[in-house]
Amino acid sequence: MSAKLNALTSDSYIDVSQYRDQHFKGNRYDQEKLLKQSNTLYVGNLSFYTTEEQVHELFSKSGDVKRIIIGLDKIKKTACGFCFVEYYTRAGAEHAMRFINGTRLDDRIIRTDWDAGFKEGRQYGRGKSGGQVRDEYRQDYDPARGGYGKLAQQHRPQEARNTF
Amino acid sequence: MSRRRHSDENDGGQAHKRRRTSEPIEIEDRLESLICRVGEKSTSSLESNLEGLAGVLEADLPNYKNKILRILCAVARLLPEKLTVYTTLVGLLNARNYNFGGEFVEAMIRQLKETLKNNLYNEAVYLVRFLSDLVNCHVIAAPSMVAMFENFVSVTQEEDVPQVRSDWFVYVVLSCLPWVGKELYEKKDVEMDRLLSQIEGYLKGRVKTHVPMLQVWTAEKPHPQEEYLDCLWAQIQKLKKDRWQERHILRPYIAFDSVLCEALQHNLPPFTPPGHMPDAQYPMPRVVFRMFDYTDAPEGPVMPGSHSVERFVIEENLHCIIKTHWKERKTCAAQLLSYPGKNKIPLNYHIVEVIFGELFQLPIPPHIDVMYTTLLIELCKLQPGSLPQVLAQATEMLYMRLDTMNTTCIDRLINWFSHHLSNFQFRWSWDDWSDCLAVDLDKPKPKFVKEVLEKSMRLSYHQRIVDIVPSTFSALIPAEPLFTYKYVEENAASLPGYPVSITVGNAIKNRASNEEILTILKEVPNPNQEDDDDEGESFNPLKIDVFLQTLLHLAAKSFSHSFSALGKFHEILKTLADSDEGKLHLLKVVYEVWRNHPQMIAVLVDKLIRTQIVDCAAVANWLFSQDMAHEFTRLFIWEILHSTIRKMNKHVQKIQKELEEAKDKLEKQQHKRRDSGDDEDMDKNSEDEEGQLEEQIERLQEKVESAQSEQKNLFLVIFQRFIMLLTEHLVRCETGSVDISTPWYKNCIERLQQIFLMHHVTIQQYMGTLENLLFTAELDHHILAVYQQFCALQL
Repeated sequence: MSAKLNALTSDSYIDVSQYRDQHFKGNRYDQEKLLKQSNTLYVGNLSFYTTEEQVHELFSKSGDVKRIIIGLDKIKKTACGFCFVEYYTRAGAEHAMRFINGTRLDDRIIRTDWDAGFKEGRQYGRGKSGGQVRDEYRQDYDPARGGYGKLAQQHRPQEARNTF
Repeated sequence: MSRRRHSDENDGGQAHKRRRTSEPIEIEDRLESLICRVGEKSTSSLESNLEGLAGVLEADLPNYKNKILRILCAVARLLPEKLTVYTTLVGLLNARNYNFGGEFVEAMIRQLKETLKNNLYNEAVYLVRFLSDLVNCHVIAAPSMVAMFENFVSVTQEEDVPQVRSDWFVYVVLSCLPWVGKELYEKKDVEMDRLLSQIEGYLKGRVKTHVPMLQVWTAEKPHPQEEYLDCLWAQIQKLKKDRWQERHILRPYIAFDSVLCEALQHNLPPFTPPGHMPDAQYPMPRVVFRMFDYTDAPEGPVMPGSHSVERFVIEENLHCIIKTHWKERKTCAAQLLSYPGKNKIPLNYHIVEVIFGELFQLPIPPHIDVMYTTLLIELCKLQPGSLPQVLAQATEMLYMRLDTMNTTCIDRLINWFSHHLSNFQFRWSWDDWSDCLAVDLDKPKPKFVKEVLEKSMRLSYHQRIVDIVPSTFSALIPAEPLFTYKYVEENAASLPGYPVSITVGNAIKNRASNEEILTILKEVPNPNQEDDDDEGESFNPLKIDVFLQTLLHLAAKSFSHSFSALGKFHEILKTLADSDEGKLHLLKVVYEVWRNHPQMIAVLVDKLIRTQIVDCAAVANWLFSQDMAHEFTRLFIWEILHSTIRKMNKHVQKIQKELEEAKDKLEKQQHKRRDSGDDEDMDKNSEDEEGQLEEQIERLQEKVESAQSEQKNLFLVIFQRFIMLLTEHLVRCETGSVDISTPWYKNCIERLQQIFLMHHVTIQQYMGTLENLLFTAELDHHILAVYQQFCALQL
């Protein structure tokens, strides 16, 4: 009797995205499997100043948080705008994908995505300058993420000082 | 090769839909899609879409009849907000194929029996409503529908059944009448009058002890919070007075009347309601949430009155839409805003009222709280010119009525409002609320603002809060969340623990071993003892104080630092907190150092429980202790208590699950052995395995019993403490001839209610003990009333 209609069971907010970690140790199949079972989320577009406490407060609204790992600049060892949030249950992470992804933290729209699971070393940015790759190449000025992108900073050292 | 994450323009999940192919290949999927999508926005009229679909389905009947039956039964159950669209469709099919109509009715009856057997009472309501609307589509003969209703109402004559059982059968009948009342009265008015009169008699005799526990406001003004059956009865009475003229429901079948009235009708088979089973879980009673009336929408269409049947239908449909789409906030918001007939009603007001109604629903909201916050944000995005204003108006109204709002609901309002503000740069006209500054800080309004600012600070930072409120609000601004270290203030050097605090601090920094640290701690004098011939084994509060203060001070930088510290020194902490007094004192120290950072207290207590340094009962005792009395009405106290109870419950469930799994494994093993034949070796191995499993089951059984005992004890501790505190207050007031209704009392008694409501499933197991030991007739009637209201929820 309990017929489930595919057209009605859409739950697209918890779908796995197109992103795959290029440093993942294992094949595509393993990675997919882990993503589908994961209790861990990657959180991006954070301000460099967003604290673990703020992340904990927001993400606790969807379930009990087991731990938070703040992403760090590989060289400076300071926050560089991303983190991992691990829940005790898959349900907590799913609710975060449905209701916290795409809303604001520290006035910024943050993005969440499934993560295959935290491993030591993954808390560091992979950009050449030590932060995240996206901060290497971006052209805009973002005061909460170190100002201009690293490449752009090289091209305009004077301007950066005179602006604002 | 792009290593970028998927585009930042994506706004969450639904962008992915655009990338997938949208046409299902298989015919069955196509049928499902066609049926599910009929009635949605289209270039053609609904009537021509229905006509077209009926033709397609009729043509597919020879090959796909069962699939079509299955899909139609499913949409009847799962898409109640589109009820009349699908009844019309079934009507058209029945007109073209009488046998199919009959088979559909039979399938629906089967499905109804199944849902009732499986305690799916809400879905059963939708099925019966569907059947009743099929009368309007000439699929079912009116007299047979009346007969079914008569059977339902006869349940009210049953004896020794829970009230919630007969409630449900009466509710089903009444809730169908907006759709089919007119038709049934035209055909069978005598029988319907008798039916309604029976219902009226039943409603008059109902026990309504449960109502105060479920009301969001205790005040009757401006909108009475009515019990749901009373409200529905009033709505049906009014409908009857209006001669069953109902103009809100969309009825596509009217356009097809000439076709449908040619169709032959089917009789519903006689339906006997299934008897009462002891494990039946009937829906809990509820109170209708109302916050708006016709005076609130300043311009545009008028809001239907509280006793109009239109109000009932609109609210039902909006609740159904949320139920269908809650996981996908964009779709949910879009569906709510495209409600058919929206031009004749102040839709934004209805939507906001229904959403808050769910958010504030007692005992618990139908969906997770954060969903409502995000849904409201989506709605604001889709209607930026109108919805934010309605929401602001609603917030203002809720603020004005805080004095009589249930404490649990105030909690949810605090969490919603602070989270909402954090998405809109905390912009709010705080000056409009400056009236809260003129009263005592323990009154509901300033208390609310204080808690909102505290939660807002957690989502941002202290200076931000200072910046967003007028300076007149400074008394309500939370303290800066800083550590308070006893051994570094002025005059610390004279404190008895000071020297050791320095030594142990250095030891920790130099990564000394646990043994070394314990040796250092032996030097701490024990204020509880005269001589120091004891080896430091008994409870020494100063030792705990010195070690924990120093450790937490060194780890104060972040949650992670503190968690790491608790992990590293787990052994020492467990040793220090070995007794009940030790555990209590440990918690006391955590509070003392972090009293300006309640968020940190909560996460530390959580870790201490999870790492078994303290147990749940210790936390309960600590929260109710005299030392914490001055914080008793603050939100963070109750968040900690409820989180503690939840951890206890999850722990019991986990072990019970392990036990069930072990039992299943044993059963499988025994079957395997029986089926495996005469292999002696296999037999012996099997026996060994079985023996091991049996041992494991015995151990788990003990573990379950021990966990349940701990759980029961936790509730006993909590309830005992409540009773003590409340009794003390009541006696004091009575002897002093003072009014008992202080803000503290209202908070405390509603917190007691909250324990029952939030954990009612677990508490049900221990009712016998609670009644015998605690909630006896000797108790003050104010306190006993809470218990009786709770019992009335499932009577």
